[in-house]
Amino acid sequence: MTTPNASPANALQLKSLLGTEFLKKEQIQTLISTALAFKGRQGAGQSLPATLAGKSAIMLFFEASTRTRSSFELATQRLGGNSIVLTKSGSSSEKGETLLDTARNIEAMRPDILILRHPSAGSPFLLDLALKLPLINAGDGFHEHPTQALLDLMTIFERKKQISGTRVLIVGDIAHSRVARSNIYALKTMGAEVSVCGPPTLLPPKVEKMGVKVFYDFEKAVQDQDVVMMLRVQHERFGQGQSPSKGEYSRFYGMNQRVLNLCQKNVLIMHPGPVNRGVELATDIADSSHSVILDQVSNGVMMRMSILHLLAGGEPFSWKEEIQ
Amino acid sequence: MEGRNSMIADSLLIRNGKVIDPSQNKDAVLDIFVRHGKIEALGKAIEIPREEPFKEIDATGLVVTPGWIDIHTHLREPGGTHKETIETGTKSAAAGGFTSIACMANTQPVNDSSYITTYIRQKVATDSPVNVFPIGAVTKGLKGEELAEIGSMREAGIVAISDDGKTVMNAYLFRKALDYSRRFDLTVISHAEDSNLKGLGVMNEGFNSARFGLRGIPKAAEEVIVARDIYLAELTGAKLHIAHASTAGSVALIREAKRRGIQVTAEVTPHHLTLTDEAVGTYDTNTKVAPPLREKEDIEALQEAVADGTIDALASDHAPHSREEKEVEYDHADFGMVGLETAFPLYYAKVLKNHWDLSKLVAAMTIKPAKIIGLKKGTLRVGADADISIFDPNLEWVVDKNQFRSKSQNSPFHGWTVKGKPVFTIVAGKIVYRGTI
Repeated sequence: MTTPNASPANALQLKSLLGTEFLKKEQIQTLISTALAFKGRQGAGQSLPATLAGKSAIMLFFEASTRTRSSFELATQRLGGNSIVLTKSGSSSEKGETLLDTARNIEAMRPDILILRHPSAGSPFLLDLALKLPLINAGDGFHEHPTQALLDLMTIFERKKQISGTRVLIVGDIAHSRVARSNIYALKTMGAEVSVCGPPTLLPPKVEKMGVKVFYDFEKAVQDQDVVMMLRVQHERFGQGQSPSKGEYSRFYGMNQRVLNLCQKNVLIMHPGPVNRGVELATDIADSSHSVILDQVSNGVMMRMSILHLLAGGEPFSWKEEIQ
Repeated sequence: MEGRNSMIADSLLIRNGKVIDPSQNKDAVLDIFVRHGKIEALGKAIEIPREEPFKEIDATGLVVTPGWIDIHTHLREPGGTHKETIETGTKSAAAGGFTSIACMANTQPVNDSSYITTYIRQKVATDSPVNVFPIGAVTKGLKGEELAEIGSMREAGIVAISDDGKTVMNAYLFRKALDYSRRFDLTVISHAEDSNLKGLGVMNEGFNSARFGLRGIPKAAEEVIVARDIYLAELTGAKLHIAHASTAGSVALIREAKRRGIQVTAEVTPHHLTLTDEAVGTYDTNTKVAPPLREKEDIEALQEAVADGTIDALASDHAPHSREEKEVEYDHADFGMVGLETAFPLYYAKVLKNHWDLSKLVAAMTIKPAKIIGLKKGTLRVGADADISIFDPNLEWVVDKNQFRSKSQNSPFHGWTVKGKPVFTIVAGKIVYRGTI
């Protein structure tokens, strides 16, 4: 599942960013160090590179998204580029056009990069095989959401100064979470100790083969963790055999003050958003000093700038060895 | 091809081939003489009467077997002729070395009445180079609600019944179908996938479905139905056949049922013997098939089950789909792959790797499938229909989907180098396919 058209003359040696499963440590280091450098420059009021000047990104979004979509748009603009967003309702898929045809038509307009979000796993792979255009996976079904994982790693590094050896617990609907998969792969590659926790109905089959520890009991799982990443639960899954009710889910897998008291004092609470307050995350915890949810969002723009910049052939920042 | 006055001859001499016919335990270099569509003689250095004109095939170095029988194909006509027609599907069969095929009932309209059976047989009479035996539906419209007119279809020429593509989820109704089938001496073929457990699944449930982010179909979805149907076969005394067994668990259930004397037979496909769910990782929709590609331990169990006779027949489950139905997101692609033109070399690979004896393979493609659907075929006995398959055991070739006779190209085996190629397909004494050597 490597990128098929391996021709890239960029620092990542990647044509497209399809997932984190096959990213190497050096690539993740380069992405994080570049994103941190952008953040530093922005904070100091210094200029950002105009890597995308005169370039266009087309964002093809077949699923609703606020955060990821605006994050990519801002990232493109800050690097001097422009973007067009096509959503499912405004696209020709409503008229019966296939995904491949839509993508080929977009490619014929000569944009510089395609950003795809799609409800079917593997859709970015289908397009990447067919197109010469570089592509960024902005989430494909339950499969991967690599930009989210990379911004999460950036946030962990920023706060903990180390990813390797850091203990990270991912909690909730792991089975249907692309955020969980991409985080597991990237965190494992960087040497983190990853655990997952959820009801057996919401854990993927044989998830332990991904090299993670598996917990059903949230209160046991949180002890000794440096980072607890809460996943959004999908309301529509309640009652369909995955969890009997919202209340019962919250009782066994919600992060609240009682569970927080079992955690390490300096535990980081993360959430990819949007948060169901009072379900997987109690409001007072979401707004507490443990929570880095808004840092994740800010870092999201920086990480997406880093990805766009590097895929477009921009120079990496040289202190990537510090990212461990 | 040589022989006396070969242009006008109705007779055919197949000389000096390695003849393997498990129906009469033959494995020797022999000649076969065919006259008026029947096997006239089988023996060493047959002498032909002087005055008789005949064609001749020099089969030196080739393997000659009874004509291969595929008891599981989808011809798509009527209704799905953009995927396949009776003409293209049967030409594909001939090119794959098959002389007889049985076609499943899930056409549009469904083959659930004698009219559709008759329509198929009339089309076959004009369009097909090979023998075609229709399989009728178990339930009207494959809806699983009421029995189809099984007796009338039997009179019109069906050889078995199946709702293949779907499982008859109502156990009561399936039991009634088994009861009723006994009156007409029909085998009931089960497509075993519990539709509730399958849900929206698109691949085998396991570590790889977790990795690829695709919805899984557990092996238990197949096994619970195999177990159910075995119990119902025991209850009714009917003849049950399990289509495309794909898991080690199904194999164990079938083995145990046979040991207990229940009338159950089973088949396996080339793809379930060859590919694992690892192949889904490229999101190539040609790997999407029902039941789904499983895991290494399942392949090993299936191989062993063919070797020990638990699995009786090798079938293709040829399931053509057009590009429009396959060049889409994995979730949205149709299930199925073409198989007639790649089945044989994939099976033969098991012989080359010493998993099976060649005679085992030939039996599972000839006399054993013939018995499952009650055909007087699958043998080279004197007097039998002269359906004969001849293959070159040493020829290496590359699978090229653009060369398929089938109307569809949905094969995950495109580009594979394989060994063993059908070179003559003979139906009722006539050469219907001549492969390039």
